[in-house]
Amino acid sequence: MNELPGDLIYTSEHEWLRQEEDGTVTVGITNHAQEALGDLVYVELPEVGQEVSSGGDMAVVESVKAASDVYSPVSGEVISVNEELADTPENINSDPYGDGWIVRIRASEVAADTMTPNEYQEFLDALDE
Amino acid sequence: MTEPLIFEKSRSGRRAFAQAPRETVDTSIPSEFLRDDVPLMPEVSEMQVVRHYTRLSQQNFSIDTQFYPLGSCTMKYNPRACNAVAMLPGFAGRHPLGPVSHGQGFLSCMYDLQEMLKAVTGMMGVSLTPMAGAQGEFAGVAMIRAYHTARGDHERTEIIVPDAAHGTNPATAVMCGCTVRELPTAADGDIDVDALQAIVGPNTAGIMLTNPSTLGVFERRIMEVAEIVHAAGGLLYYDGANLNAILGKVRPGDMGFDVIHMNLHKTFSTPHGGGGPGSGAIGVGERLLPFMPVPIVGKTGEGDDAWYDWLTEKDLPQTIGQLSAFMGNSGVLLRAYVYMRMVGKEGMRRIAEFATLNANYIQARLRAAGFELAYPERRATHEFIVTLKKEAKTLDLTAMDVAKALLDYGYHAPTTYFPLLVPECLLIEPTETETQDILDRFCDAMIAIIESARSGESRHKEAPFSLPVRRLDDVKAARNLDLAYKVPAE
Repeated sequence: MNELPGDLIYTSEHEWLRQEEDGTVTVGITNHAQEALGDLVYVELPEVGQEVSSGGDMAVVESVKAASDVYSPVSGEVISVNEELADTPENINSDPYGDGWIVRIRASEVAADTMTPNEYQEFLDALDE
Repeated sequence: MTEPLIFEKSRSGRRAFAQAPRETVDTSIPSEFLRDDVPLMPEVSEMQVVRHYTRLSQQNFSIDTQFYPLGSCTMKYNPRACNAVAMLPGFAGRHPLGPVSHGQGFLSCMYDLQEMLKAVTGMMGVSLTPMAGAQGEFAGVAMIRAYHTARGDHERTEIIVPDAAHGTNPATAVMCGCTVRELPTAADGDIDVDALQAIVGPNTAGIMLTNPSTLGVFERRIMEVAEIVHAAGGLLYYDGANLNAILGKVRPGDMGFDVIHMNLHKTFSTPHGGGGPGSGAIGVGERLLPFMPVPIVGKTGEGDDAWYDWLTEKDLPQTIGQLSAFMGNSGVLLRAYVYMRMVGKEGMRRIAEFATLNANYIQARLRAAGFELAYPERRATHEFIVTLKKEAKTLDLTAMDVAKALLDYGYHAPTTYFPLLVPECLLIEPTETETQDILDRFCDAMIAIIESARSGESRHKEAPFSLPVRRLDDVKAARNLDLAYKVPAE
């Protein structure tokens, strides 16, 4: 699954975000990020109601190889978290853009420094060299 | 052959004489602290216990049985003489609460150990009290904070940590109430000095550096780094993980560091692995002298009039305090003392020379065999990094596969997947205590593994083949952690 979903925007920290119709933003990590981390064994989620700031820590994903912070690409309030990840962190490996979503945020500030699918693909290609 | 759990050998009512329950019951424990049910204990004979644990010990990979090139851990030989001396009854039987007049011999060794560590690191004071590296780090950053606080400099709460650092560095900073600023690494493996210049400022408490870094290279611009951080009002912390590479050659104190923690269980060859006991002795420059953790061993008089005593909070009113019940792990400190006395000043230099020579020898052989080095233009320090990024893609040969395959050749795996910024990496540290024959055989094994993968006939995904336990399912182990034995239902 090398195709990047066209309806998402991406960050240089390998998060994706989707603007929902109700104005909220759903956030997860990209396929590249889950591949680099390997099999995930634990996800630490933020509290619902927690304020997150753009570029700040929001969640932690842990694989057998490494633990990594997930940064919030927007500022705002966490309105829901993917509770299922507590028991099935592997959803991020198998379906990073679907069942592997991490949080939904009511954004007070639009994300800066994001990339379109094409820009992110070029960013990934450059990393590979 | 897998050894069963000791619980699986249990038979109701079987008992070892040495473990027979005491006839008397201690009535001084309040009843609310007594448990109601009997704990699950294996019921086995004494012979079963002896054989069980002997067999488990025979399954260990250890420095006494195998080459152990575990990068950043400095798994060198632990001379038996250090054990023999530290186990002398006068040392082993000493009570930590005994009067100092009964422990002058021990105290004089500890005083000399402090002095030797000061001399080899170029610091002005040493405290032996931290129990292990992590506590040494904690003490170091706590002193940095205490220093700024004592000056009324309350805004200095940021600790700068390179992205290649040991994970303990940012953890320590957070533990001490600081926030972490990450510093990127330049393409040549040195820290990015321009980026450092941009992030230092009035909030900078200090920077934590390992030099040589975890990338196996020496920070060539360290004097410039020290100048930038000091000019901004911050202090420099030296993580002693890689001290072995520069022993007797360069001193952290001369590089401008204000505080250093040393892992005596690495550099000074006390036994480690499996969690301890360790020793994270710290050294400080002038600025941090008043803040050292206590107790420290002090000395008055010379020659026959020499007298050793504990220095406590009375002597250092600004100390960050006491970190353990007494003063570190005294048995470990004694072993380090004996080791340093045995190798002497000239020996320390030879340790660094042979540690780096051995690493460079393996690096040169592996490079010639087509292994990709993470920093090919750099000379190795006491360790270096091979990356299998290319092989992982083209041959499906990952760093983990090589690590597992090496076990079949009788070698402990190098450090894998650390530092995190190098993909599919092996961090290889042979140490100074290996002969060229062993280094050659290790290189031969590495080359045989990669060549068999290239030939396409390799079964490296299934390795190891020769060990009691084959490839572990580490994902399952982490997801379904199961540590407490439960009696299976009948």
